[in-house]
Amino acid sequence: MNTISVEAGLILAGILFMLGLISVMIRRNIIFMLISVEIMLNAAGLAFIVAGARWAQPDGQVMFIFILTMAAAEVSVGLALILQLYHQLKTLDGDAANKMKG
Amino acid sequence: MEATFYIASAVAVLATIMVITRYNMVHALLYLIVSFLAIAVVIFVLGAPFIAALEIIIYAGAIVVLIIFVIMMLNLREETVTQEKTWLTKEVYVGPALLSVVLLAEIVYIITSGETTSVNQPVIDATAVGVSLYGPYVIGVELCGILLMSGIVGAYHLGRQKKKIVHRFLEKIEE
Repeated sequence: MNTISVEAGLILAGILFMLGLISVMIRRNIIFMLISVEIMLNAAGLAFIVAGARWAQPDGQVMFIFILTMAAAEVSVGLALILQLYHQLKTLDGDAANKMKG
Repeated sequence: MEATFYIASAVAVLATIMVITRYNMVHALLYLIVSFLAIAVVIFVLGAPFIAALEIIIYAGAIVVLIIFVIMMLNLREETVTQEKTWLTKEVYVGPALLSVVLLAEIVYIITSGETTSVNQPVIDATAVGVSLYGPYVIGVELCGILLMSGIVGAYHLGRQKKKIVHRFLEKIEE
């Protein structure tokens, strides 16, 4: 018998989202910031899955597929940007990119 | 099934904590794979086997491998680990972490203040997801196609190395 409460799933999604949020705030390395954004997107998708399981509808899973697509496109563009930034500035410091001020 | 859910949740949270506290990027990515696998178990227990497979294939497979390839291309050495140690000090992470924990406590309070409901039993398999995906959500599928196309074009455009044109007169002016 499946007796998992919806609250437990939503709280798990909230904890994972908070961990990603902390990481994106405390890191200066841009690759780590990208990884943290992935964690946050994954947590948001998990919340959709929990909600879809609550109402026994496939819509939550459809939304997860859309989030997955968006995360894949975002990580490819983000990694290309990181490569360019590293070639230009020779560092992974996220603060170094403000040297481009016009 | 309930115990599986809670054990996998604990593994996911612990692995994510390890991800955000590592200094070495490759170690963090290995923990990130563990975290994604644990979340896949959670999703499977919640009755979405198709999404659990997608989570493993695309997140733990494709996205993490992409990041590892970029780390290999950047040819990072030991000094990045020491640099990370100087960047991630205690006074940096205590403030944001405490404030985020306060926000999390509020979310937990809001979620648990309502009446408790349990997840419905039926497993939603790939057939139902596919029918919904290509039925009412077909415009979203097309938009996803456009998004992926623009992602490919954007990644190619940004990742291209521009050929440096060296001109002796211009170089003289710069000196």
